[in-house]
Order: sequence, then structure tokens, then C-alpha cells
Amino acid sequence: MAGANPEHGAGGDDPSRRDFIHIAAVAAAAGAAATVAWPLVDQMNPAGDTLALASVEFDLTKVELGQSVTIKWRGKPLFIRHRTGAEIAAAIKDDKADMRDPQTDEERHKPGKAEWLVLIGTCTHLGCVPTFGGGDYAGWFCPCHGSHYDTSGRIRKGPAPKNLAVPEYAFLSDTLVKVG
Amino acid sequence: MSGHSNYVPKTGIERWLDARMPIVRLAYDSVVDFPTPKNLNYWYTFGGILALCLGIQLATGIVLAMHYVPHVDHAFASIERIMRDVNYGWLVRYMHANGASMFFIAVYAHMFRGLYYGSYKAPRELLWILGCVIYLLMMATAFMGYVLPWGQMSFHGAVVITNLFGALPVVGESITTWLWGGFAVDNPTLNRFFSLHYLLPFMIAGVVVLHIWALHVVGNNNPTGVEVKSKADTVPFHPYYTVKDGFAIAVFLLMFAAFVFFNPNALGDPVNYVPANPLVTPAHIVPEWYFLPFYAILRAVPDKLMGVLMMFGAIAVLFVLPWLDRSRVKSLRYRPTTRMYFFIFVVACLVLGYCGGKLPDEHVIPGLSTFTLFDADLNSMVWLSRFAAAYYFAYFLVILPWMGLTETPLPQPESISEPVLSHSAATPAGAAASPEKRG
Repeated sequence: MAGANPEHGAGGDDPSRRDFIHIAAVAAAAGAAATVAWPLVDQMNPAGDTLALASVEFDLTKVELGQSVTIKWRGKPLFIRHRTGAEIAAAIKDDKADMRDPQTDEERHKPGKAEWLVLIGTCTHLGCVPTFGGGDYAGWFCPCHGSHYDTSGRIRKGPAPKNLAVPEYAFLSDTLVKVG
Repeated sequence: MSGHSNYVPKTGIERWLDARMPIVRLAYDSVVDFPTPKNLNYWYTFGGILALCLGIQLATGIVLAMHYVPHVDHAFASIERIMRDVNYGWLVRYMHANGASMFFIAVYAHMFRGLYYGSYKAPRELLWILGCVIYLLMMATAFMGYVLPWGQMSFHGAVVITNLFGALPVVGESITTWLWGGFAVDNPTLNRFFSLHYLLPFMIAGVVVLHIWALHVVGNNNPTGVEVKSKADTVPFHPYYTVKDGFAIAVFLLMFAAFVFFNPNALGDPVNYVPANPLVTPAHIVPEWYFLPFYAILRAVPDKLMGVLMMFGAIAVLFVLPWLDRSRVKSLRYRPTTRMYFFIFVVACLVLGYCGGKLPDEHVIPGLSTFTLFDADLNSMVWLSRFAAAYYFAYFLVILPWMGLTETPLPQPESISEPVLSHSAATPAGAAASPEKRG
């Protein structure tokens, strides 16, 4: 910018003052443009009512041993699985196995509630919904790109980088959980 | 090629207009008097066909938007209403849905033509890059349009594609949430996709104007790859290429109409006639045929981030192609070794498309048991995709740069006219040797 226009310098004006005005004007315009642009970008983020989506409560007596139920939470499927002793044993047995996202089975359920597994039912690869009972580890299998999860929902084989996520939840009583 | 104009306004209105806004002069110079190499073959008619495709998609799309409802509870039903109740709605929708496929058939023919005849080389680098931008916009538009009917494939396709951005480190999750407008693909996502699906075609039209502008500065390439040397190498665009393009368009429309009227769902997935259910993913989820090669590349890589980067890289590499191919000879007619690699490249693209439509663990040769290499059976679609994807990248990043340094090309003709004239001189005397009829 400095000395950009020799004519003004020749005319007796102080060129640095004029430059200052130019820079200040451009900076103010850029700032104003960014201020206007931000609302146009941020409007695409979740709206107030979307964020205010209530948590869900679920009555566990509806799920028989060895079965699972899929409910919708924040637009995503939520798996609530009533695990059998064999499933729990298989999961604990593999705690020391080589895993991409190492976690013990203990860390994936609430203390003393090993039979209840609550998971967000979207594959951590690209978000498809895995199905139970398939794959090499008798847990979940994602049909989209072939990710295999074990009976604890841990990723064992395939492209997914993470275990099936455990949402924030709490037992309100022995038979009632609140998710979110 | 540009600058000089032979337009002479004839009527008073034309003279009045020409002094104020010379739009008739622009049209005359662009599509009537524009000097065009006289040896363009039918591979060069896809530009005109593509312009028509864009026009058809715009016209049918604007009509469909008058009846479509962009809401998760009504979108699917509104499409069925268009199909059953709206007057000629079935026709307009089938034209639009098949029109997308026709658009991609034409654009792939156009791109392979450019690759074969070296149309991306100096001075046409910018012309090529603008074409790549159009292709990218077409892909975004087609993807968002496919989401609108809110069927099972629409929904889960949107889930998979938006989750691709989640592979980016640190910012991935914020970006997907921002794209969705929530915590999953839902009504806000459908709404914005509709808005953008309406906007992007007009952006395509804008870049098409730039594409044609760039074309008219440097002029057409041609099958010999030799630049125009004199007026004897060219013919005026009208009537020579208006008629040639017109004939090609008529043939193309025959194929288009055959799909629309006799097999309108042949290119689509029947699962998309099942309404979207966020709780159940279809057993076999695939994109539309025109995305299958890229989908195969995505699945070929066992790592999530690398898979996404490779898939986008497959398109990004096209943008830098003018600087990867170092050969000064444009047309592969005169580069026999590279030509052989080019045809293998075409096969690799087709193989990728084939693999993208199959399950990754499926055997390529049924019944043949082989051994497991790293994480999958060697006789599986995922390994076939890996070989084809490796060739895809090797063609651009290794073969073309290497061939530019080492290949000895065949002698090129002195000019566009020369091979025609020398050929006609060799024909027996008395034969009607009129080279201008061979264009």
C-alpha cells in the first residue's frame, strides 16, 4: 500500500494518512462482510428446537432376555439389548484381544448391569444401521461396508474406526433407563 | 480465434441494438461464424448434447418443484402424487430422473474424449479445469436430487455421504452436524438439500458460460491434436457443426426416449420406492450407477479417513492433469504406447464401476476358493477394486508423467488439412477428391 499512488504524494498530501484511510476502510468492510456472513453460515447449525429435543425414558421390562429393541433418539437409532450370559462371557473373554478401539466389556455397561447394553445404533464408519446376529463375532454387522462388532459393540473387523458409541444414560430404577 | 468479428448488421433494429448492446454480434460470432476445425468427429458432439441435457434438467426440475413438498412427512407421498395425479407428472419426473443418467453418460463420453485427444493441454488447461468444476457441481447436484424423494436409498445414501466429512480429523463432527442441521439426517437436511438442488444447476449454467468463453478464446482441439494453422483448416460452425450436433442430439434423444418410455426405472434402484426408515439400513446400499467407480475406491481402502481422501483424490487428480502429462503431442493417435495404457484406464474405470455395485466380500469368480491376503479374500470385489483403483491413480501419477518423458511419438501431420489432402492425392485421378466434404 505504501506509496501506491505517487500523485497524492506529489500533491502535498501525507501518503501515510491516505494509506491509513484505505487500509481502515478495507478492514472495516471485510469485518462487516464477515459479520454478515457468519449468520448465513451458522443458520445451518442445529436450531433451538432441535437442540431442545427431550431425553427419552425406556421401560426395560419390554425387552426379553436375548432380545433387543431399537428406539429413535435424536433422530438416530438406539439399541437396547438384553444380553444373555453367553454373550457377556464372550465379550469378557475377548477383553484382552487385539482391538482397534480397546475397551473392556466392564466399561461399556453400567456397574452391575452387565445384561443391559445401551448403544447408539449407527456404524462409526459412515452411519449405517448395523444388524444384530451377523458378522464374525456374533454381535453386530454393518451391511454397508462390512464392519463387524462383537457382543459388546466393539469394532473387531472392517473399516469402522470406533466402537459403537455408548450414549449418556442412567438407571432411574431397576427397570427404567433415561437416555440423554 | 477471438476478437475479429465478421458480423454485419443488416436491419435497422440490428444496427440500433449493435450500437447499444451487441448481443446479436455475440451470438453470430459464437455459433454462426465461429471458425471450427474441419475434422471434428462425433465424439465432439457431446458438448452440444450436454448443453441440451442441462436445459432439460432445468425445465423439468422447475416444473417438479411446483409439486414437490420438501418435508420428511410429505416428500415421498408428494413424489407418488406427481407420478399418479399430476397431469403428465410421470413424464416430467421420468425425464428428470433419467435425464440425470443421460447427463452423466454424455459427460463421461465428453471427458474420455478430452483425455484421448489431449484436450486438457496448453492452451486449454483452464477450459479443462472449468469442465472439472462443472463435473463436481453435477455430482453435488445429482446427489442432493437423489435425496429428495426420501426413499430408503435417498436417506441412507445421504447418511453415508454426509458422514464422509466426519472422517476429517478435529472438525469432522462439527461439519456433519452443520451439514445436517441436527444430530442426524432429518427434516432440516432435506430442506437445505432441496434449496441447494435448486440453486446448483444455475451455478452450473454460469460455469458453462465460462467454459464456452474459454473454449472460444483458444478454439476447439481436434482429433489430430494439431492446432489450427490457417483458414483452410476450419469451417464455420454454422451450418457444418450445427447440423452435425443436431444429428447427434437426435440420436441421443432416441436413446433418452427409449429409457423414459420403455424402461424408466432400469437405471434406478427399486429400494428407493420404499419410504425412508432411519432405523433400518437396506441390506445392500449402493449409489446411482454414475457414482459407482468412486464408491468402489472408497470401499477399497480399509481406513476411513484414507478411503475418503482417496475418493476425493480420484476427482482432484483431474484438476492437475494438465501438469501431469508432460508430452507435447496432444492426440493419442500419435502416442501408441500411451494409447494402450489409456484403453486399460477405461477398462479400470468400468471395473471400478462394476465392483462398486457388488458387495465387497462377494467373489469375483464364483466357486473359486483362494487365500486371504491381509484382510480379505484375494478373489473378492474388494481386492479387484484395489487393483483397479491402483491403476486409476497410477495412470495419472506414474504412467502419464513417465510416458511424457520416454515415449517416442509417431510423426504428426503438418496441419489438420495435410493428412486429408495427401490422402486424396493418393486416390486415383478422376475420383471426386473434395477434402471439404470429409470434415
